[in-house]
Amino acid sequence: MSRVTSAFVAALITLVLGGFLLGMSLTSEGINLVVETSTTGKMTVLFVGVVLVFLLQLFREQVGSFTSKMRSDERMELPSFLRTSQQQRMWTMFVIAGLVLFPFISSRGAVDIATLTLIYVMLGLGLNVVVGLAGLLDLGYVGFYAVGAYSYALLNMYFGVSFWVALPIAGGLAALFGFLLGFPVLRLRGDYLAIVTLGFGEIIRILLNNWTELTGGPNGIARIPKPTFFGLEFNRRPSEEGATTFHDFFGIGYSSEYKVMFLYLMALVLVLITLYVIRRLIRMPIGRAWEALREDEIACRSLGLNPTTIKLGAFTIGASFAGFAGSFFAARQGFISPESFTFIESAIILAIVVLGGMGSQLGVILAAIAMTVLPELAREFDEYRMLLFGLMMVLMMIWRPQGLLPMKRPHLELKRD
Amino acid sequence: MTNNLLTVKDLTMRFGGLLAVNGVDLEVKEKQIVSVIGPNGAGKTTVFNCVSGFYIPTAGSVEFRGKELRGKPGHLIAREGMVRTFQNVRLFKEMTVIENLLVAQHMHAEHNLLKGFFMTPGFRKNEQEMMDRAAHWLERVGLLEFANREAGNLAYGQQRRLEIARCMVTEPKLLMLDEPAAGLNPNETKALDELIVQLRDEQGISILLIEHDMGLVMGISDQIYVVNQGEPLAAGTPAEIQANPDVIKAYLGEE
Amino acid sequence: MSESIFYFLQQIANGLTIGSTYALIAIGYTMVYGIIGMINFAHGEVYMISTYVAFIALAGLSMMGIDNPFLLIAMALAVSILVASAYGFSIERVAYKPLRSSKRLIALISAIGMSIFLQNYIRLAQGSRDIAMPSMIQGGFLFGDPDGSHIMISYMQVIIMVTTVLCMIGLTLFISRSRMGRACRACAQDIGMTNLLGINSNNVIAVTFVIGAALAAVAGMLLGLYYGVVNPYIGFIAGLKAFTAAVLGGIGSIPGAMLGGLILGISESLTAGYLSAEYKDVVAFSLLVLILLFMPQGILGKPEVEKI
Repeated sequence: MSRVTSAFVAALITLVLGGFLLGMSLTSEGINLVVETSTTGKMTVLFVGVVLVFLLQLFREQVGSFTSKMRSDERMELPSFLRTSQQQRMWTMFVIAGLVLFPFISSRGAVDIATLTLIYVMLGLGLNVVVGLAGLLDLGYVGFYAVGAYSYALLNMYFGVSFWVALPIAGGLAALFGFLLGFPVLRLRGDYLAIVTLGFGEIIRILLNNWTELTGGPNGIARIPKPTFFGLEFNRRPSEEGATTFHDFFGIGYSSEYKVMFLYLMALVLVLITLYVIRRLIRMPIGRAWEALREDEIACRSLGLNPTTIKLGAFTIGASFAGFAGSFFAARQGFISPESFTFIESAIILAIVVLGGMGSQLGVILAAIAMTVLPELAREFDEYRMLLFGLMMVLMMIWRPQGLLPMKRPHLELKRD
Repeated sequence: MTNNLLTVKDLTMRFGGLLAVNGVDLEVKEKQIVSVIGPNGAGKTTVFNCVSGFYIPTAGSVEFRGKELRGKPGHLIAREGMVRTFQNVRLFKEMTVIENLLVAQHMHAEHNLLKGFFMTPGFRKNEQEMMDRAAHWLERVGLLEFANREAGNLAYGQQRRLEIARCMVTEPKLLMLDEPAAGLNPNETKALDELIVQLRDEQGISILLIEHDMGLVMGISDQIYVVNQGEPLAAGTPAEIQANPDVIKAYLGEE
Repeated sequence: MSESIFYFLQQIANGLTIGSTYALIAIGYTMVYGIIGMINFAHGEVYMISTYVAFIALAGLSMMGIDNPFLLIAMALAVSILVASAYGFSIERVAYKPLRSSKRLIALISAIGMSIFLQNYIRLAQGSRDIAMPSMIQGGFLFGDPDGSHIMISYMQVIIMVTTVLCMIGLTLFISRSRMGRACRACAQDIGMTNLLGINSNNVIAVTFVIGAALAAVAGMLLGLYYGVVNPYIGFIAGLKAFTAAVLGGIGSIPGAMLGGLILGISESLTAGYLSAEYKDVVAFSLLVLILLFMPQGILGKPEVEKI
């Protein structure tokens, strides 16, 4: 087939793909279903799509040489001012200081978005332990997030447990769920594992939705109290007899901004702890075992490593981060329902990990920022967000499966005197 | 009843309708080099996979240091002190040479995560010990200068030696080598010969070797088993094997 | 006593109906898995898309004045199969073909991305609300006492089961008799070897995707008429169910997919009939987990031997 014919065929196929679905739209008229030609907007999209496919096919070689550059296997090296560990420490301090000061110099809305971003950073980092470090595709990560959120909400509703007590319990429960699920399923091959975890996430959501007596079903749980600052509440008035509020204690006027700032700082602390823990994990025997397992499971077994326990470690640790993030999410929102824990949420977190580069902490952080801040900046973008996420996941796998910002893992060096 | 390190009796492995190994016996005593030879496709590697727990044999027994190991998973068998290499080297290619050896010591590593998070003195000491053991073995196989290089970048012969070092850091009682000389040049083969003998004489371990290169095997083996088309054909000292007419017919005659 | 038996039989009949459509969708998973060893996660979306196309075609054709329901359905089915096949083909070309030599997880992530993309493309193109279709074929066979205990098997249910059986017979003949079918079987055995023998495995893979998509379109048409509604999210759950069916029967095995679909359909309708409709999805997922754990090769599949 000549190139023009094949481009023509490709364009024709595109027309078949889009013609019915973009070119026509269904509406109900009474009990009858009628079909109309679409708006000019959709027609334009269809037309542009067909032309684009035609041109892409026509100039396939040129496009190919461009994309193969993107596919290059290079891994990013740190810029020169970050080479030595001393410089790194200095810059890290600098960045942390900036993040701590951030809420004091910016608007309430920005701080709120930043807090949400930090939750996603934490989820991304947690899932990255499972997907990026241990190489296990977990499509039900949101299930553990839900376990964390509901742990706090339910413990508080039924037993009046405070956030600070519930936080470790939520992390522990999520880890326990991870352990119990992982124990049997981690023997499965990678793609089966992915589907099983997906099923697990859905089961959790369906249970939350239907166990109305316990969880409130689709209506969710409302009025979940915010965390306190060493027992001080951020409400205008104490919630119960004997409680003290933050502004009364310090003798300052009430402002709802304190609460927002406090939540942000808490999220920041949680993220920093997560980062530290993961940084250590990579340099510990278990971190090395994860990488080894990702490369060659058979060789690992021949050396006495038990793949199931090592994977279980990653699964459990990853789940516990989701649990922490979940209970914080519940506390911040004050309201949770099964709606927040759909597969789409898992897909978003996975997209963050994929975009950032599996295994790269910095990449995941930047991806989480991009994924949460962009839709806030451009509201119209929000509607197309999932469409673009999906497209991006495909393109990333084809062009740069190592992610936009893959990092060389710190190699342990043999130092000789 | 015997002082055997490894006793394999009547090992049989069937894949669907295919009888890959049928009634193979093996004995390895302390400080012995034992070889399993046979033409390509004779089922040698299948025997290895059965003994090392990667396949579950259809029948037979695998007794190691007085314990029945048949049907146990590979990682537990490795922990008993029986560690193997692979015909087509299986290194962790994107990890450095030294990291390959650290991973291999996973069973000796400190597993308490909290100790790792806070880098307690115990944790550091443990890491240092593993590092030292790794360095020691790198020196033994002559790869110390490549310690911080990615394993995948080593030359083929070096990769083979690294794989042996990686087994040795686990401190095995029995080292199983699957065609260790495949792809090596004569000089490298000779060096490998010496290394294997040294491992027996200095470390006091036993070695079970699969090879179809008779030259290597005859010089160093204490005992040789010949397998042909999954069936045991002969067993004995190198001299006996060389004189065995069946072996000559089935194996040497072909070449 | 007899009432409960009728009730039970009714559940079985409903289960067989749904199960047949699961089986049709499951073929797509199982054939693709058999040949290239990957889970075509976007397959459920092809089913969803084909239901939309079927609705569009039905509405469009009836507006053009065709009012014979069977002619209408046949024509709409043809359109739906055509478009779904184009989707099956394009999905493979765009999202999977460049990844043939990659690790399984990379291809799976790409498939998940494709699934999310398609779902949202339809959401943007057709809106996210349910679109309802007035039922075209009414009535059915009634067994037993019309005023007392009886079972009712609607014409639609009969059509679904008969169509499924016809499709399965057609597929079996294609696989066992035709040249292309032989090439498919050869590729499932050893794709590298098939290439050496001069069979273009790219074509075989493309055909596999097209067949899978076409059968999903048949299922989309049938279920669309049966339930009378469509929305952009039906593909996700249906896909998971069909995948469960494929795994249950033994992934890679075509008779297995049929068997798995029927078993899943029946167990779901029994759950809905005796426990609660809300938990029927839980049953499907739990079944999936249990099978993968205790018999990953499924009922009719072959166990995999690890290559060392």
